[in-house]
Amino acid sequence: MTTTAPPIKDTGSPIPKARKVRRGSVVSSAGLYFATGIAAFLFLVPFYLIVRNALSTDAEITGENWKFFPTDIQWGNFSELFDDPTVPYATSLWNSAVVGVLHTVGTLLVCSLAGYGLARIPYKHANKIFYVVLVTLMVPAAVTFVPSFVLVSSLGWVSSFRGLIIPGLFSGFTCFLFRQYFLGFPKELEEAARVDGLSYWGAYWRVVVPNSLNFFAAIATITFISGWNAFLWPLVIGQDQEAWTVQVALSSYMTNQTVNFHLIFMATAVSILPLVLVFLFLQRWLVQGVAQTGIKG
Amino acid sequence: MSTTTTHGVAKGRAAEETPAVPRRRGVRGRTLNFWLFTGPFLIGLAVFVYIPIGWSAYLSFFEARYTVTPSTFVGFDNYAYMLTNEKFTDALVTFTVFAAIVVPITWALSLGLALMVHRIRFMKAFFRSVFFLPTAVSFVAASLIWKMSIFSGVRFGLANTVLSWFGIDNIAWLANPDPPWYWLVILTVRLWLQAGFYMILFLAALQNIPQELYEAAAIDGAKPGWQTLRYVTLPQLRATSTAVILLLLVAAYQAFDEFFNLLAKTTWGRPPLVELYYTALGENQDYGAGSAGAMILTLLICVVTLLQGKIMGFGRGEESK
Repeated sequence: MTTTAPPIKDTGSPIPKARKVRRGSVVSSAGLYFATGIAAFLFLVPFYLIVRNALSTDAEITGENWKFFPTDIQWGNFSELFDDPTVPYATSLWNSAVVGVLHTVGTLLVCSLAGYGLARIPYKHANKIFYVVLVTLMVPAAVTFVPSFVLVSSLGWVSSFRGLIIPGLFSGFTCFLFRQYFLGFPKELEEAARVDGLSYWGAYWRVVVPNSLNFFAAIATITFISGWNAFLWPLVIGQDQEAWTVQVALSSYMTNQTVNFHLIFMATAVSILPLVLVFLFLQRWLVQGVAQTGIKG
Repeated sequence: MSTTTTHGVAKGRAAEETPAVPRRRGVRGRTLNFWLFTGPFLIGLAVFVYIPIGWSAYLSFFEARYTVTPSTFVGFDNYAYMLTNEKFTDALVTFTVFAAIVVPITWALSLGLALMVHRIRFMKAFFRSVFFLPTAVSFVAASLIWKMSIFSGVRFGLANTVLSWFGIDNIAWLANPDPPWYWLVILTVRLWLQAGFYMILFLAALQNIPQELYEAAAIDGAKPGWQTLRYVTLPQLRATSTAVILLLLVAAYQAFDEFFNLLAKTTWGRPPLVELYYTALGENQDYGAGSAGAMILTLLICVVTLLQGKIMGFGRGEESK
């Protein structure tokens, strides 16, 4: 292993090269962290603004010089928000919670059953029925809001939980996702269950669902977020203040005659808080859900 | 090699035999079960998706003001009215421009974020969460922050405050259509809300690129950086890119929330859905014209989606799965 001339020469040339590459990668990784840091900072600015404004007085928000933090943190803004008679904010929070939960439970129930049926129960027209579902993916739900409103109003469901929740349950896309998922579910598990004498229905509830909780959690998280954040449909349906969801209430603050900045931003903070909690605790499933939502086709 | 083939055969045989296992109930039992599982969904789909579309198609041929059970058949008058209605055609142009700008930018930003987060080692989870967090925020809340605090157009708005540090005068971001600064406001709202979502999709795809490809590329003399990105990473992300662009396009056509909230009292920058909202549910309650507009918009979206699918080769994979 004593060094002879040729090997030294051979290794001699790569060494400075390697050093050069390493120096370059140090520079580029510093640049990488710098760029990522800047981007992260910009992405956090809106959150900072919500917190700052929600806990300031109007005088400080609109003051001559920019205040980075409120001098006195105004926790009282929170109770003031709920005492404000012009917008029924507590009611709208309750409405959103009910709509969010029922929308999620209903969508998961109806769409998962259909997805399972389409994926796993042999029926000669199953493919044709699947096309009937697929076609609806081509028509964006938002475009059909005029005819849907017409239908719902003729059912007398305007300004009611029924009107807010039921029309949104039948998502072709969610059904499609469940079908794709169940196609990949291990057949052996269900077969074992059915050999043991369970019906399709029994096997579904006792074997398939308990073994798919991760997928259900992922879809549930996404569905809840989209339900909580939905705006167009609740705006169309919530004609009475009593039926407003949080998003409609927030929107109404923007067009009000009098602008109370601290209240508006406290309302925004309160409306986002549940989602940030969902996000922090269920992020794993949310990421999964997003990845699954995107892997379409 | 031989094990794989026998495995494949065995699997095939097993698949053929499976229907035999639950034969107790036979075909009729299975059909019944099929409807038991899919029935509720299909009924709902028929009532709340197909009937509205059909009804809307019907209404679009009738004079239907303040009523949803019209009697005056007007043929294509509603369509002619909407297509000659400058507000609506302007809205169609607006949203086409909007989609053409917002889709590539969001694609590039989410891909860029994904590449950065993918390469980062230290605090990776933190950065991923920061970029992903806005996904949880609604368009309404984001519009509110943008309109009331960042781009409020007055002295104490954040954007104008920052500009004033550089000695630049206040800009009326939303209140003045000339120059059209409101596009910057709308664009940044959408970027902030959506980039993280699509970043997650790209991250998932990046993790699936086999490491060997990079090694092979390095052996072939590709320099890390632009060359590997151009000849290894981007081609491997093709399927995801196609899906992301499709999702972005569909989302852009449905833009409503931020336009409605940011430009509530203005007459500029209205996308088609906002226009339809005011046509059908505004003072005139013109369901006929509103329905005709919805039909035109749906048709347009279908055409663009199919066109994009044709160009980027999407949709073929859907059936094979």
